[in-house]
Amino acid sequence: MNVVKALTESRLWRSIVRHGTLPTNRNRVMLVIENVFLHLHPAKTRRRNLEATSTYYLGAVSLVLVAVLTLTGLYLMLYYHPSVPQAYHDMKELQFVVGNGVFLRNMHRWAAHAMVLAVFLHMLRVFYHKAYRPPREFNWVVGVVLLLMTLLLSYTGYLLPWDQLAFWGVSVGTNMVQAMPGLGPRIRFLLLGGNIVGENALLRFYVLHCVILPLALALGVAVHLWRVRKDGGVRGSSGSRRGPAEAE
Amino acid sequence: MTDRFVLERSSDARATPKRVALVRREDPARVLEDRGELVPTAPHLLVREIILFQACVVALAILSLVFDAPLEGIADPLHTPNPAKAPWYFLGLQELLHYFPPVVAGVLLPALAVIGIVVIPYVRMNIEIAGLYERPWKRTLAVLTVLAGAVGTLLAAYHVWPVLVPTLALYGLMLMPALPFGPPRLKRALARVPLADWIMHWFVAVVVILTLIGVLFRGPGWSWTWPWRDGIY
Repeated sequence: MNVVKALTESRLWRSIVRHGTLPTNRNRVMLVIENVFLHLHPAKTRRRNLEATSTYYLGAVSLVLVAVLTLTGLYLMLYYHPSVPQAYHDMKELQFVVGNGVFLRNMHRWAAHAMVLAVFLHMLRVFYHKAYRPPREFNWVVGVVLLLMTLLLSYTGYLLPWDQLAFWGVSVGTNMVQAMPGLGPRIRFLLLGGNIVGENALLRFYVLHCVILPLALALGVAVHLWRVRKDGGVRGSSGSRRGPAEAE
Repeated sequence: MTDRFVLERSSDARATPKRVALVRREDPARVLEDRGELVPTAPHLLVREIILFQACVVALAILSLVFDAPLEGIADPLHTPNPAKAPWYFLGLQELLHYFPPVVAGVLLPALAVIGIVVIPYVRMNIEIAGLYERPWKRTLAVLTVLAGAVGTLLAAYHVWPVLVPTLALYGLMLMPALPFGPPRLKRALARVPLADWIMHWFVAVVVILTLIGVLFRGPGWSWTWPWRDGIY
């Protein structure tokens, strides 16, 4: 215990974490507002909103899945070449050569499916609790953008294994884009880097999936969480309850 | 429809700056802000987040040990699988493609859905909490009946049964409190459902049914299959 005490009171430790370790309410607040990552939280939370039935933790689950997907995704990138046909051979390498390669790919795949579901359920929770009402209108819009980004991330990742499932799944989807009057064929050309789902499409989807969309999602999530705090914390199930103005 | 003035009273000028709030009956959202007890985020929220993170990782790890991600043969543009299905979250759209031309199913309807969802907080109907039958409802119900009739006719004309059935079912439930008969407790509960919720119930029902049909009940040539008899394609 003395080691911990000596460590947390050392100049080095205090240069990183300025406030002390005394269990005071001031230090509890400082822990959140002095930390660049934690400060996206409000310093204080309503006890009622911590209950499971208040938010079902669906936003937090989505964020946890983003973290899992980022870590497993970075790891997968070490074994992946976005080229035809090497991309598919890399899947086989994961299966037969890389240690725990199958487990790694499974984690990424199931977390991605789970995230689509979690984000959709999160949207429903916010709707039925009427948590989008003023002053939270704009954060609802940010949330819808994040839902669309989740779908795009999942969809661009769907092509990367370069198997039959991936190829035809993406072919069906991009043919739908083509139906858009006027811009449709151009958007499809831009997305695929050509007129067919080929090696240019694989490279573009790879860059979208691993660089552009994750960066955009990180920015969007930062805005979303920041706004939650600025709009007065999450609005739990109490939001849908009738207030005095209705009850009379 | 009476406007009222609410004067917040407090001796603490920093917590409650002097102001007069005009609160109209229709949009009392800001005033209804709950004022429950506040606790420090550290540790109360942080502990829950850490436990949640661990629980999710454990659940995913178990899932990943039991079920393997699918991997089929290498992509082959010359060999089209039948049926060629999109990932599950787009199968609702692909099911719509079976009934409507691509420009409707692939562009118009999803665009309308996204726009409809984005504007939710800016539409008055969604700000109210009062149930459909807790405010003057006869005109609203008449408009909804005309809308349901028009949409229903269109759906029937294109044989879109998977959308028509939930549309009619939800319209029937919504209509129930206006009928002279029926179980009174259910009617009371239904009367309290706001119009916004009815629309979202409808949207969710349609999305879930279309997606389930696309995932489970569609086989070669997008023909109807029974998953227990023909398997899942």
